[in-house]
Amino acid sequence: MSGKFTKSMARNTFYGGTVFFLLFFIALTFDTTAGLPKRDHRVNITEKVAFGKLVWEKNDCIGCHTLLGEGAYFAPELGNVYKRFGNNKQAIIAFIKSRPVNGIKGRRSMPQFNLSDKELDALAEFLKWSSEVNTANWPPNIQG
Amino acid sequence: MQYQSQAVSKLYFMAAIGLFVGQILFGIIMGLQYVVGDFLFPEIPFNVARMVHTNLLIVWLLFGFMGAAYFMVPEEAETELYSTKLAKVLFWIFLVAGALTIVGYLAVPYATLAKITGNDWLPTMGREFLEQPTITKIGIVIVALGFLFNISMTVLKGRKTAITMVLLLGLWGLAVFFLFSFYNPDNLVLDKYFWWWVVHLWVEGVWELILGAILAFVLIKMTGVDREIIEKWLYVIIAMSLITGIIGTGHHYYWIGTPEYWQWWGSIFSALEPIPFFMMVIFAFNMVNKRRREHPNKAAMLWAMGTPVMAFLGAGVWGFMHTLAPVNYYTHGTQITAAHGHMAFYGAYVMVVLAIISYAMPLLRGRAAANSDKSQIVEMWSFWLMTVSMVFITLFLTGAGILQVWLQRMSDNPLPFMVVQDKISVFYWMREVAGVVFLIGLILYIISFFVGGKEEARA
Repeated sequence: MSGKFTKSMARNTFYGGTVFFLLFFIALTFDTTAGLPKRDHRVNITEKVAFGKLVWEKNDCIGCHTLLGEGAYFAPELGNVYKRFGNNKQAIIAFIKSRPVNGIKGRRSMPQFNLSDKELDALAEFLKWSSEVNTANWPPNIQG
Repeated sequence: MQYQSQAVSKLYFMAAIGLFVGQILFGIIMGLQYVVGDFLFPEIPFNVARMVHTNLLIVWLLFGFMGAAYFMVPEEAETELYSTKLAKVLFWIFLVAGALTIVGYLAVPYATLAKITGNDWLPTMGREFLEQPTITKIGIVIVALGFLFNISMTVLKGRKTAITMVLLLGLWGLAVFFLFSFYNPDNLVLDKYFWWWVVHLWVEGVWELILGAILAFVLIKMTGVDREIIEKWLYVIIAMSLITGIIGTGHHYYWIGTPEYWQWWGSIFSALEPIPFFMMVIFAFNMVNKRRREHPNKAAMLWAMGTPVMAFLGAGVWGFMHTLAPVNYYTHGTQITAAHGHMAFYGAYVMVVLAIISYAMPLLRGRAAANSDKSQIVEMWSFWLMTVSMVFITLFLTGAGILQVWLQRMSDNPLPFMVVQDKISVFYWMREVAGVVFLIGLILYIISFFVGGKEEARA
């Protein structure tokens, strides 16, 4: 680098640039959170949906699946699983319930989590709520 | 080694390497589960193997960063550590807490672990990379604060250099942004929004300050180039990292329910994120060309040169490949992401930690400047085996990812996820072979510590 550009100028660029863009990021965050209720339809987050999210977390579902594209890439996307299963909560519940304890020979298999009926219902409700978030039309198709 | 208290970093480096081995073993298990689905099922389901793999990575890199700080700061500040005893105590707390957490993952079902660690009291578990029980997270905060206190006090009583200031800023930022891991609202969209304040603002934010500081330190020591020049480069590089990387967080806000203007902010700024990595390549090669000494530790030089190159490829090129919103619409959450994640973490963070270990370890073990030629040759073999196999892991995952995107998302008759996975399994087999080669490289790396021979004299 040329002699004109000194170390203190470089340092000031760093501190100035960082502070400026951090403040800008925080401003964008305020704007985002203000507009979010319309997109995340939070009015529909019932106690059951919230409990469903907890069930989702306590069984580390994200360790195999993606949810809105984030997570592990070992098992199908679940952000739209409610729609993929024909807008049918019971189909989701039946699938989770029927996983064989010892898996399927030679194939990837979802563990049997032995969830209670209350947990299953809440989890399905949480997935239904997730499928109704406005995700800018993602995923591209029903296969997730 | 110029200061007695630097010796404590040896503990941290040894723990880092030990946990690195664990990480790779679980990586091999997961790679096999991708093609032999019932491997170790139901004893170690994929999600458990994955949290062990990713959590060990994070923890061993943290051990590496802390070891690097304990080695660098006394030399930079020209004073002994504030407290060697505190550094030792925190080491054992962190190691035992980390080990207990991993044992917890493996010994009981995750839901049981959540229950016995009181997750219901403050639910923070079950989110990607933040799977640790809440009490472990609190432990991490306590260890981090103790560590930062120790390092900050050392800097305060000694010489303040650009390198220590940048390192400190990076480490404090690491601790501050980790606090967002305690925020877990019922609203998934908000949860995801602030989850990235830990994950993105770590690896594409404050960790880059740590990376830059370590690299600058190693280059000063190895090339003997004037500190003023190197520190100016350091400031310019990290300025670009944060100027692009902070708003670049937007590339995670395309499809998670956040406003669509993020597609513009995220695309534009994250398209610029390769720039600081490219500057890092120019920087490292320039400094080596201008070197004023021939340092006998050629292995450390190899790691220091390899770091910016692989970071540029993994974080820069492979990141850019899928960062523009119209592309990301199809690639989001596929093997493309996995490919990028592997090479970026290896290139940027694994390699820089191995670079500082390679530079520091001979000194910590009482050598004049470097290990014997024989030992260095083994270490350089391990460099090439690990680096080349990581390139292949990335290429195979990219191949898998392109096919996955095509078959599942772009073709006229999109196929279901599992059907596609079966069709692309040959890529997963090749990835697994490359993974085994990586493990061989890692074993050679460890062997290099035990290769004797006549040590090099200081140049």
